[in-house]
Amino acid sequence: MTRVVQDAPIPTIPFNARISRWFGRNVLRIYMIFGFTYLFIPVAYTFVFSFNDAGKSNLIWQSFTFRNWQNPCGAPEVCNALGNSIKIGFLATTFATILGTMIAFAIGRYQFKGRSSSNLLIFLPMATPEIVLGASLLSLFLLFKINPGFWPTVIAHVMFCISFVVVTVKARIASLDPKLEQAAMDLYANEFETFRRVTLPLVAPGIAGAALLAFSLSFDDFIITNFNSGTLITFPKFVYVSAARGIPAQANVIGSSMFFLALTIVVVGQLVKERKAR
Amino acid sequence: MKISKSQVPYLLLFPGFAFLFTFFVLPIINLAQTSTQTPISGGDTGQYTQTFAFSNYIHAFTDNKDQFLRSFVYATLATILALAISYPLAYAIAFKSGKFKNILLVLVVAPFFTSFLLRTVAWKQILGEEGFVVPTLRSLHIIGQQTTLTSTAFAVVTGMTYNFLPFMTLPLYASLERIDPRTIEASGDLYANGLTTFRRVTLPLSMPGVVAGTLLTFIPAAGDYVNASILGSPSTKMIGNVIESRYFKIVDYPTAAALSFTLMVAILILVTLYIRKAGTEELV
Repeated sequence: MTRVVQDAPIPTIPFNARISRWFGRNVLRIYMIFGFTYLFIPVAYTFVFSFNDAGKSNLIWQSFTFRNWQNPCGAPEVCNALGNSIKIGFLATTFATILGTMIAFAIGRYQFKGRSSSNLLIFLPMATPEIVLGASLLSLFLLFKINPGFWPTVIAHVMFCISFVVVTVKARIASLDPKLEQAAMDLYANEFETFRRVTLPLVAPGIAGAALLAFSLSFDDFIITNFNSGTLITFPKFVYVSAARGIPAQANVIGSSMFFLALTIVVVGQLVKERKAR
Repeated sequence: MKISKSQVPYLLLFPGFAFLFTFFVLPIINLAQTSTQTPISGGDTGQYTQTFAFSNYIHAFTDNKDQFLRSFVYATLATILALAISYPLAYAIAFKSGKFKNILLVLVVAPFFTSFLLRTVAWKQILGEEGFVVPTLRSLHIIGQQTTLTSTAFAVVTGMTYNFLPFMTLPLYASLERIDPRTIEASGDLYANGLTTFRRVTLPLSMPGVVAGTLLTFIPAAGDYVNASILGSPSTKMIGNVIESRYFKIVDYPTAAALSFTLMVAILILVTLYIRKAGTEELV
């Protein structure tokens, strides 16, 4: 029997079948290449056009220059807008993180009357379109004769960032092992000490993540800002206003820098996490 | 005064909820009030008085039903496209990327670190006459020599799909990543082929991610007006564009409020029906 098998000619797989089998095995890989290309084309465009020697309107490629990178404030409005966005981002992040973390601890750690309606109040702002949030808040400010501007924008950003902070921190609290806190109590730590030396350090990465999320939401927000900022120009607003007549290449420099900065923060965060896990 | 333990959660909630009440709940109530007001006769523009004119809603809706319909059609299209693009990507990262998992996950989110507005403007360039898409499609005779892509519904939906993609990919990845690979192996052991395994095991287990992702994409897409104003034309106006111009150009607050309120309620109803139908409760 064995002889027969050995003597039998090795069946050759037809070329077509080999191709389709290779394709079947690698279809997800091929898909990933296409997918990531698609994801990065607009980023590549933004980056490439930051080197465009385009003068005022940066829609058509002219010639290569480093000038925009050497002098990102060459278009002064860009830096002014960026400064406003950073200021608003920091203030909104600080308030939203504090308020949101407190809510997350209440909902994540305690059973109390009204807990499910609390969850609903956190969910609703996330399920409301930005334009409704922005427009309704503007109506309130106008009702109380408060002019839109810097502080109304900060308030608006805190309002829509809180929910995202709560959700992020709550997830972290839910993943904590209660045994660690029990152990601290067993070792005669009182409630406050347990919180300060055990709970808070364990939740800290969640809070940091929530703060980063809040900052990026605030920094990138256009619709709610547009309603509540009056004449104040933020970075997204600047891009929107100048989109029709062409955006200075310095805006691309700032957009690209934000991209690389955020990427660095995330990669460093990942490395720290992996080192700790080891 | 000593704080009793049962008071702690309320004390923790108080500042945040007071803030949300003042700047989220009150404005929505005020919005509902504004929506039934009418102009003061002989008053300046922007002055209104409460007359409980529910006819505002009828006018607001009948005058803008095209834009309403368009918003929901565009948002639905963008959501379906985003799901179709994201699902295989999230699947590949969750199951097929081995040690590159974290890097790939960062790379999926990375494009969204550039500004939302700059991304949209980049799409305008990509799809414009000077971009590479139009000349390529023309030389392949997929589109006619005169056909343009900017200022079309196609461009608006493309922009929306791209811009809201991470809201789809991340929840999908989170729910796919939680699936125990042994359940998929078990399905194979029971002689299910790849398609059956996907249909009967992987997809049902990833439903919470699908539901969360579609909601997180659909809601901002339905209320968006940035893509429509940068990538579209007057004939692709969405309800967001109408609300914006009612506020800023026409200063017609009651109509703007009626439109906003209708949009919010319509979305809430759709979301509720959808959650009921899809049957998951672990959303938030």
